[in-house]
Amino acid sequence: MARFILTRLGQTLVTLALLTILIFVLARLTGDPTPLVLPSEATEADRAFFREQYGLDRPIHEQYVVFLRNVLHGDFGISFRYREPAFNLVLMAIGPTLQLAGVSMLVAVMLGLPLGIAAALRPGSWLAAAVRAYASFGQAVPTFWSGLMLIFLFAITLPLLPSSGYGEVENFVLPAVTLGFYASASVTMLTWANMTEALRSDFVQMERVLGIPRRLIVLKHALRNASLPIVTYLGLQFGLLLGGAVVTERVFAWPGVGQMLVDAILNRDYPVVQAAVMLTAVLVMTINLAVDLLYAVLDPRVSRS
Amino acid sequence: MTLPNEPLLVVRGLNIEFGPPERPVRAVADADLTLAPGEILGIAGESGSGKTTLCSAIMRTLPRSARVSGRVEFAGKELLSLSEREMARLRGRDLSMVLQNPMTSLDPLYTIGNQLEEVLRERRRGGAEVRPGGAVEVLRRVHLTAPELRVRQYPHQLSGGMRQRVLVGMATAAAPRLLIADEPTTALDASIQDEILILFRELRDTAGSAVVIVTHDLSAIRRLSDRVIIMYAGRIVEEGPTAEVFRAPRHPYTRALLGSLPRIEDEEVVLQPIPGQVPDLARLPPGCAFAARCPVALDACRAERPQESTVGERHRVFCWQAAAGGAA
Amino acid sequence: MSATAEERPAGAGGLLGARLWRSGAGRPPLLATAICLLMVVAALGGGAIAPYVPDEADFTAILVPPAWAEGGSLAHLLGTDQLGRDMLSRLIAGARISLLTAGAAVLAGGTIGVTLGLAAGYLGGVVEAVIMRIVDAFLALPFILMALAFVAALGTGVGNIILVMVLTNWARYARLVRSEVVSIKKRDFVLLARVAGLRPWQIALRHILPNALTSILVLAVLDVGRAIILESSLSFLGVGIQPPDVSWGLALAEGRTYMTVAWWLTVWPGLAIVLAVMSFNALGDWMKAGFDPRGRL
Repeated sequence: MARFILTRLGQTLVTLALLTILIFVLARLTGDPTPLVLPSEATEADRAFFREQYGLDRPIHEQYVVFLRNVLHGDFGISFRYREPAFNLVLMAIGPTLQLAGVSMLVAVMLGLPLGIAAALRPGSWLAAAVRAYASFGQAVPTFWSGLMLIFLFAITLPLLPSSGYGEVENFVLPAVTLGFYASASVTMLTWANMTEALRSDFVQMERVLGIPRRLIVLKHALRNASLPIVTYLGLQFGLLLGGAVVTERVFAWPGVGQMLVDAILNRDYPVVQAAVMLTAVLVMTINLAVDLLYAVLDPRVSRS
Repeated sequence: MTLPNEPLLVVRGLNIEFGPPERPVRAVADADLTLAPGEILGIAGESGSGKTTLCSAIMRTLPRSARVSGRVEFAGKELLSLSEREMARLRGRDLSMVLQNPMTSLDPLYTIGNQLEEVLRERRRGGAEVRPGGAVEVLRRVHLTAPELRVRQYPHQLSGGMRQRVLVGMATAAAPRLLIADEPTTALDASIQDEILILFRELRDTAGSAVVIVTHDLSAIRRLSDRVIIMYAGRIVEEGPTAEVFRAPRHPYTRALLGSLPRIEDEEVVLQPIPGQVPDLARLPPGCAFAARCPVALDACRAERPQESTVGERHRVFCWQAAAGGAA
Repeated sequence: MSATAEERPAGAGGLLGARLWRSGAGRPPLLATAICLLMVVAALGGGAIAPYVPDEADFTAILVPPAWAEGGSLAHLLGTDQLGRDMLSRLIAGARISLLTAGAAVLAGGTIGVTLGLAAGYLGGVVEAVIMRIVDAFLALPFILMALAFVAALGTGVGNIILVMVLTNWARYARLVRSEVVSIKKRDFVLLARVAGLRPWQIALRHILPNALTSILVLAVLDVGRAIILESSLSFLGVGIQPPDVSWGLALAEGRTYMTVAWWLTVWPGLAIVLAVMSFNALGDWMKAGFDPRGRL
């Protein structure tokens, strides 16, 4: 068990280190940021001082070391646009993004789990066919379109809900349904597949001939066995949701990291881009790691050997 | 309430079909059998002979796509016409089953104790309390070593033989009147097969349960069962008291099966496989299904299906040759 | 299911289509195939099919509704946008951009990924460890975030977007091919080839690649849908295809302002994306059912 945790931790750290190299290389590809940061009337001496301060005059590998040290201290530089530490800006925006992703995940699970279980319990029925159609539709609908259509229906045609904004409960409804619907498609398919497999397993057959009530077989045994891969997948799904949130936030003017990232790209505000990407990456990988450990706890075959 | 001499289980004209109605696969055809309380019956045949399907029909656990006709009477109740709910009440309590693979027949995510207690709780008779040590008691009854430890362990921590003991314990926790064991020893090491078989005999001797043991392992049947049924391509081909069938098999298929038993001749294990292949159940010949592989088949065997003939006390066989006394 | 089918090198069974037909995947999804073909025709035909030049403004016909709606005109079947540009022509032009970027991303990303995956799986050792850790790093982020990080560095426009999509795409192929190679490598015919003295690259090309081909093909078809979504998302966000080029996602973003007065500006491009993605996914799922019954993809 300890060995498993250490291995996974090691892998995560290596991936993270590689990601910092990748982001560093990308940052250097964008060229010299000096003209973007300093006003056009800055003297050559000012520019030289700036380059020295940020280590831009040193060899590339030394620059990386400086970059890495700064990153580890949460220092991604000052936002060119807001004149504030980029890291602080992103940190402020991460809250709304996590809230949106979390509520969407809840929506996805609440839709996907019952649909997947129902389809698995009635193979070949019209219900199963309807669930399949739902899932293949959900996987193909981009969130920016479903979001716009929901705004059109529930904010414009029937003015029931706000089309944008943040802070109130009703602000959550449309964005979370948009993102949750998208995510529910894959949750449905995964639940269906795993539930079908679990229901076919020998121990379910055995419980049937022992006369264990169907309610117990489905909920206590089949569902728990099916839930192991589903839990793992939900962790990965959370990463996907953080990605999907970028687009959804744009549609609903949600003050999250995605919105901030896109704005930063449009304004060539690279410190904010780097901080947003790096922070999201750390978040996604931490969740994946946590999910792997949770899996180990849930499965006695891993935790008890 | 069944009288001592009244049969516990009566199967009459049981037919089970799968696949499209215009080209059905007949997994079981015209099966008749009778089982007395406390009797041990062995059902033997190659894989695909319909023996497992027959048992699933008795337990009513066939997939929905199966078409079943005929009668299955258990203690005077017609099982095929019961609702799923009524049937679920009988399972585990009055008739129970042990499935083929002990390695995967326990839920890997719960302890042995949890699963045993679940069975005890759900299968107890009328309002009886679940006693705290019940699970340990069940394990002790099936001679599992260190039962107090086992109830806290997970299935993957037990060997195949231990898991089979747990499963037998679960299936017999409510002292059912009928236990069906489907290939109970096939997945186990030869060294522990005997010990598992002994459990079934103990069950009969202590609880008076009838046992149906389904296997392709004829030696298990010879050691355990009172009576034996031989199946081939979905049909019963021979039935009789174990000792008599093994001493004087009448159907050529039974003889071939007995010939295929590994025998020790001059310190060497000899295994004679039966030449030919099990026929396609969707394209059975009009006559005897075994005719194509039968060493003594006549034209009549290929033309017409053999009728039942009685060849001894409670010994019947479906074979033209055996009926005519020619090959017998 | 039989062992012989398992051991038979790919290609021995004739055309892929014929093999799929017999494989038990069921009937091909005809509607989905038709839509995919329609999209290919639209992409290839482009200007020859489109009734108008897609980015030509016509201020005499601004925000004309679809032909069947009130105020619609047969001259513009699906209506016109805020600059009087014909929606049908813009959808056709959008199909071209979608397929171009998706196709390029899948082909180039696939080639790079397959090459690196073959190298990692076949050579093993340090090469494998290095390549696979890089693959992990590229797959560590949700693909839209990864794409945004690349866009920030490379910039927007058709060429850059293709490059970005290649960069976000290759790693999945590398991971798939490596796992295929590792499992194929142990099979008899590869061992025989090695005993027969074939060079590693010859074995990889003649024996391993053909066997992994079906999985790669399925991944590629499923990837087209993913790529269409990625391109239209980036374009919707304003960091993808730039005017005067036409993209479904871009058209949606532009039409958004007029949603209350002209629903057709947002409904048609969205519908086009959904139909295209659903069709490629259905095609891919059908192929997967035939090629990959054990569901390893």
